[in-house]
Amino acid sequence: MSEILVLVEQVEGEVKKVTLELLTLARTLGTPAAVWAGPGITAEAKARLAEYGAEKIYVAGSGDLVDHVVAPKAELLAQLVTSASAAAVLVAATAEGKEIAGRLAIKTDSGVITDAVGLGEGFVADQSIFGGGVNVHSRVRKGTPIVAVRPNSTAPVAAAGAGVEEEVSVTLTDAAKATRVVERVKQEKGARPELTEAAIVVSGGRGVGSAENFSVIEGLADALGAAVGASRAATDAGWYPHQFQVGQTGKTVSPQLYIAAGISGAIQHRAGMQTAKTIVAINKDPEAPIFELADYGVVGDLHQVVPQLTEEVNKRK
Amino acid sequence: MNIVVCVKQVPDTATERKLRSEDNTLDRDAADGVVNELDEYAVEEALKLKEAHGGEVTVLTMGPGKATETIRKALAMGADKAVHLSDDALRGSDALSTSYAMAQVLKKIGFDLVVLGSESTDARTGMLPAMLAERLGTPQLTLANKVEVEGSTIRVQRLADYGYDRIEATLPAVVSVVEKINEPRYPSFKGIMAAKKKPVETLAIGDASIDPGQVGLAAAWSEVVDFAPAPPRAAGTIVKDEGDGGANAADFLASKKFI
Repeated sequence: MSEILVLVEQVEGEVKKVTLELLTLARTLGTPAAVWAGPGITAEAKARLAEYGAEKIYVAGSGDLVDHVVAPKAELLAQLVTSASAAAVLVAATAEGKEIAGRLAIKTDSGVITDAVGLGEGFVADQSIFGGGVNVHSRVRKGTPIVAVRPNSTAPVAAAGAGVEEEVSVTLTDAAKATRVVERVKQEKGARPELTEAAIVVSGGRGVGSAENFSVIEGLADALGAAVGASRAATDAGWYPHQFQVGQTGKTVSPQLYIAAGISGAIQHRAGMQTAKTIVAINKDPEAPIFELADYGVVGDLHQVVPQLTEEVNKRK
Repeated sequence: MNIVVCVKQVPDTATERKLRSEDNTLDRDAADGVVNELDEYAVEEALKLKEAHGGEVTVLTMGPGKATETIRKALAMGADKAVHLSDDALRGSDALSTSYAMAQVLKKIGFDLVVLGSESTDARTGMLPAMLAERLGTPQLTLANKVEVEGSTIRVQRLADYGYDRIEATLPAVVSVVEKINEPRYPSFKGIMAAKKKPVETLAIGDASIDPGQVGLAAAWSEVVDFAPAPPRAAGTIVKDEGDGGANAADFLASKKFI
């Protein structure tokens, strides 16, 4: 079977969960081949990629791949699409992943699908559009299918692959090196998982009432090992940083469990979380639209309900 | 500085959005058209850069006739003139075609800086700014929450999952902006009146050397095979908190093996 290239997402040498999901998905459609772009691959990372089915691991260790914005990774993938005669390319549907996919599509004269929540035979993708109101099947008509898949679209399942390493030397054009990364500024986020990747997300909205009160949301998140999100009302009020906003103009999350506390559930918010598998809502207003989505809802004051829930979670761990 | 700000008219999120059953494309007549929200931040950033460095702000949009409403809004905010790429042959264009067509117009009209919102609220692919940079062969400085220009150098703070990257390049360049980079101004009455007199040039594909074989639904590199309304979620259990709401929710989480 032909190779399906999976661009590896990693943080300081550690392979991110979404990559394991993409490898799991790639196994059902062809031969998974992981693509590591940049320096710093470790023996642990290689073992992890093989454990989840990578038959091949392309290692392009050049620092140029990460010292310039987006374009070098698209050039690397374009080179591999040709040399490996790849059947498809899968990337994580993060903001940067989608930018890479877009540039790669132009370079390889191929169709591209973004925000797939499933991928089946013939690379037919499932998408959820218009704030979750419509389900779509789409496919690429020309070239090598390039698909950006949302984190949490499939559960990662280990199944050992050969993990044969192949070093790749990439020749970057000057155009690909046009935008330099001068500095990476890492902001303290503690030990919480990343919002778009987290299996569980606990979000707070207008009902939280203040920046200080977000500690209630954080407490529940930490008890569950979850990421913290916020509605636009909460970020607009300055109670929580903007990068944690879930919704149409913020992040899209698709976790196993989404807990919405003090969030009414306007369409703009639903657009960012409606594909969550299980939804729990806590809100004072029994008419809040979020309850239409909820698998479980508590009509009550989040300042009472959430701390009690946190205590119960900690007790039952 | 010659700044081009790209804006898109999108169906209002607050109204019901539909695909057309005959060709699976967005039904742009079914819903009210509004300016894509993130594009308002792009217009504001373009105006601020003009105010700081001089030059001119040109609005560029691709879309059907009614997209002129969106152009007028950007002009009312303070942009100087507009170019409207409008041609029936463009209907159903995907991101590859759209980036190609817009790049052709940008090459024709020239620019030092192209500014866009980082994604639209309808298709939400988030790819167009990067694809324009690819097509134009110019530096990509996207997902900006801060933009600075000094001479021919442009510096941007690019949002990342871990914080942000400070990135830089030499003009001409393509920039996309995220929400909160600024506070978009409201058009004043004077601005609205002035906008009516500002020049809007309408281009058909032939005017921008756009190959008709590269645009429109027939040329699309990807397609919607079929679509259906999302099945309603099964009605959940809603309880009223009687002092044990948290414990009840914990029971539910335990039943689903989350704890």
